[in-house]
Amino acid sequence: MKKFALTAVALSLLAGLAQAETVTVYSSRNEQLIKPLFDAYTKETGVEVKVLTDKEGPLMARLQAEGGNTPADMLITVDAGNLWQASNMGLLKTVKSKTLETNIPAHLRDAKNQWFGLSVRARTMIYNPSLIKADQLSTYEDLADPKFKGKLCLRTSKKVYNQSLVAMMIAQQGEAKTEQIVKGWVANLATDVFPDDTKLIEAVAAGQCAVGVVNTYYLGRVLDKLPADKREAYGAKLFWANQKTNGTHVNISGAGVTRYAKNEAGAVKLMEWLSSEKAQNLYADKDMEFPANPKVKADVLVSSWGPFKQNLINMSKAGELQGAAVKLMDRAGYK
Amino acid sequence: MRFSSLRGVLYAMPIALLTLIPLLVVLGSFLHPQPEVWTHLSEYVLPDVIKNTLILLLGVGVGVLLLGVPLAWFTSVCDFPGRKFFSWALMLPLAMPAYVLAFVQVGLLDFTGPVQTLIRDLTGDSSWFPRIRSTGGVVLVLTLAFYPYVYLLARNAFLTQGKRALEAAQMLGLSRQQGFWQVALPMARPWLIGGLTLALMETLADFGTVAIFNFDTFTTAIYKSWFALFNLPAASQLASLLVLFVLVLVLLEHWARGARQYHGRIVAAERIVLRGWHRYTAVVLCSSVLLIAFIIPMIQLLFWASTIWQEDLDGRYFGFTLRSMMISLLAALIVATLALLLVFIQRRFQGRGTRWLVRIATLGYAVPGSVLAVGVFLPIAWLDNLLIPIAQSMGFATYQILKGSVAVMLLALAARFMAVAFQPIESAMQRISRNQEDAARSLGLNQRQLLWRLHLPLLRGGVLTAVLMCFVDVMKEMPITLMTRPFGWDTLAVRVFEMTSEGMWANAALPSLMIVLTGLIPVILLVLKSEK
Repeated sequence: MKKFALTAVALSLLAGLAQAETVTVYSSRNEQLIKPLFDAYTKETGVEVKVLTDKEGPLMARLQAEGGNTPADMLITVDAGNLWQASNMGLLKTVKSKTLETNIPAHLRDAKNQWFGLSVRARTMIYNPSLIKADQLSTYEDLADPKFKGKLCLRTSKKVYNQSLVAMMIAQQGEAKTEQIVKGWVANLATDVFPDDTKLIEAVAAGQCAVGVVNTYYLGRVLDKLPADKREAYGAKLFWANQKTNGTHVNISGAGVTRYAKNEAGAVKLMEWLSSEKAQNLYADKDMEFPANPKVKADVLVSSWGPFKQNLINMSKAGELQGAAVKLMDRAGYK
Repeated sequence: MRFSSLRGVLYAMPIALLTLIPLLVVLGSFLHPQPEVWTHLSEYVLPDVIKNTLILLLGVGVGVLLLGVPLAWFTSVCDFPGRKFFSWALMLPLAMPAYVLAFVQVGLLDFTGPVQTLIRDLTGDSSWFPRIRSTGGVVLVLTLAFYPYVYLLARNAFLTQGKRALEAAQMLGLSRQQGFWQVALPMARPWLIGGLTLALMETLADFGTVAIFNFDTFTTAIYKSWFALFNLPAASQLASLLVLFVLVLVLLEHWARGARQYHGRIVAAERIVLRGWHRYTAVVLCSSVLLIAFIIPMIQLLFWASTIWQEDLDGRYFGFTLRSMMISLLAALIVATLALLLVFIQRRFQGRGTRWLVRIATLGYAVPGSVLAVGVFLPIAWLDNLLIPIAQSMGFATYQILKGSVAVMLLALAARFMAVAFQPIESAMQRISRNQEDAARSLGLNQRQLLWRLHLPLLRGGVLTAVLMCFVDVMKEMPITLMTRPFGWDTLAVRVFEMTSEGMWANAALPSLMIVLTGLIPVILLVLKSEK
């Protein structure tokens, strides 16, 4: 028995030596968008990245059930709300990294440094120029005004992007006022809420609605598919919301190191690399998002929308107030 | 008698545990009451979703019977132009996942879709066009997606019940129409109920389709509690209520079925040749269902796929497809074997305890996939957490033992799809009469020989139906595969998930198309079998 155990130990040590280093990632971000990055990382460092994708909820339930025996070193999700929840459930650990603190602005990361934004997603307005003029638009709050009756299109309140937008409004305007605004939105709807942003953009372009609220990269994807000369004439135009007030609502996709990471150092290194200028280009361009690292420029198409003022409130609020936002939207009849 | 019943419970238990354990895990959520979430849900969410769910069940229930039964009757008992073609083609929609059909139909028929765009281009206004994203729209899409369950099982019934009963009815002075209503239909009841049960359980568990329509059902409330309020216990509590609801339905059905017996002798049937308007009705019904549920969606999928395949279709698709087929085949074989055993046990040991266990074993199908996946995963992770230290003390540097194994994934899939295999096999078993068994036994066959020489040959059709239906269903399944798959074991359904979760419909069309095409093989086999 002793001999067997010794052999086993020796064998596993050998196996350990022969094996390249791996970092294991649980991701709710589309595999197609992160795989090219990981491939590039492997090519550069020889470190293998193993990925398992699922929705955020199941991934977190999985991390929780696995506890100390999880194979995952890193969790990648979209939306700060989800990252905040993961941190709140005790699934992430604090990371000390000068590189990350330099590369990622403070409002795009957790106060305890348990998670870091890796790309920025702006949620703003789009409008159909044949139905409404840009100077008639101003803020998210203004969309509740009766002048937009029958002109507004929204995506379902079940999407975390809208939950975060409303959570941020609660943080800055208070719950009572936000509820009035959301009720106003619902009263102004041109048609039932949409299942996804892309459908909403098409609806604005087709004239079903005059104005809508979407993440910019969805518009980027639609425009990217059009020939360059047709982009100018496309029926949905971008409008940067709240420029004269608190700035356009932004959110992140981001990552954290799992609490029981087996290869913590490897996970931190990967995250630092993802925040570096080289990777940030790839990371943001692949999905037409904005780089989280301010030193990096966005994709040409994305840059063509011009500079804009971001709402600099810390992302953590999106998580803290998500529950309140969901309940508020239920009360307001926002499906 | 009591002893025999106890043995039945003992035999059925290991199979029932597959479902029972996850269900108990889900039920265990009641240990953590969530009064705050419940107050909110019961005031603002539940009234609507309960109403919507009942409407959906009623609509889809009526819909699948109204489509499935006549289609099965026409193609199995009657004769009309194109019958041979329709008899297999009408099964094709079985290979089309409901959420795929949903995004195709919404893509086609919504305001921005090609149909309304064309109408606007021609007449300037499409506001009169019926809204697809409506209650009627969801009912229509789910009906088109789930009617094949009723169609398949009803066909089985009509093909095997033979014409003798119908002839007897006519000799007794009943018209052909009366014969259908008073003889053929009642005799097919176990099959119809079986198909209907599957369709309704799918409807209850569905999340993908209703999400595309933003139609809030009970499942929506479950996912809202979990994904938006991050309250898994509350989500599980809601799911338990769903299971309870199904259990009541199953009991009602059992009670309604009472002590009726459904055997009949099988005699090769001569077809009823349809004439006049009957003929046109049959052709028009068959072709329009096929067109709306399969051909048009396929064309749309092909169109979408054609726009992206050059960038998306790479060598990995070979792996996705191969793994999908392998898991589906293995899971189908396992589920069908277990279901067959359950049917035998239920037949041999008739006791209340056995019957309950058998019913419980088939409940996994009504639980929303992600919730069942958690119910499966928690006990496995718990076991793993016990085993890993032992393995590590032996020198294995491992952090997953059961979790990362294909075997566990297969068992989890078995827990989900037991009902799909059980319904056709149980219906077939009801065709075998006690007299046949008695006769066989009087010829000196013992229990085991009875099984091999009487039951199995007579159940062959039902078992094959079970295997093939499970194959197609596992192919389309997402949540359990996502949760329990080993690293790198991505399948076609996983690929569809990745793309749809970002609203990239065109990119999702490619793997969807491959799911349908791969699922066609078993569907065609099904037909060849039923035509014999």
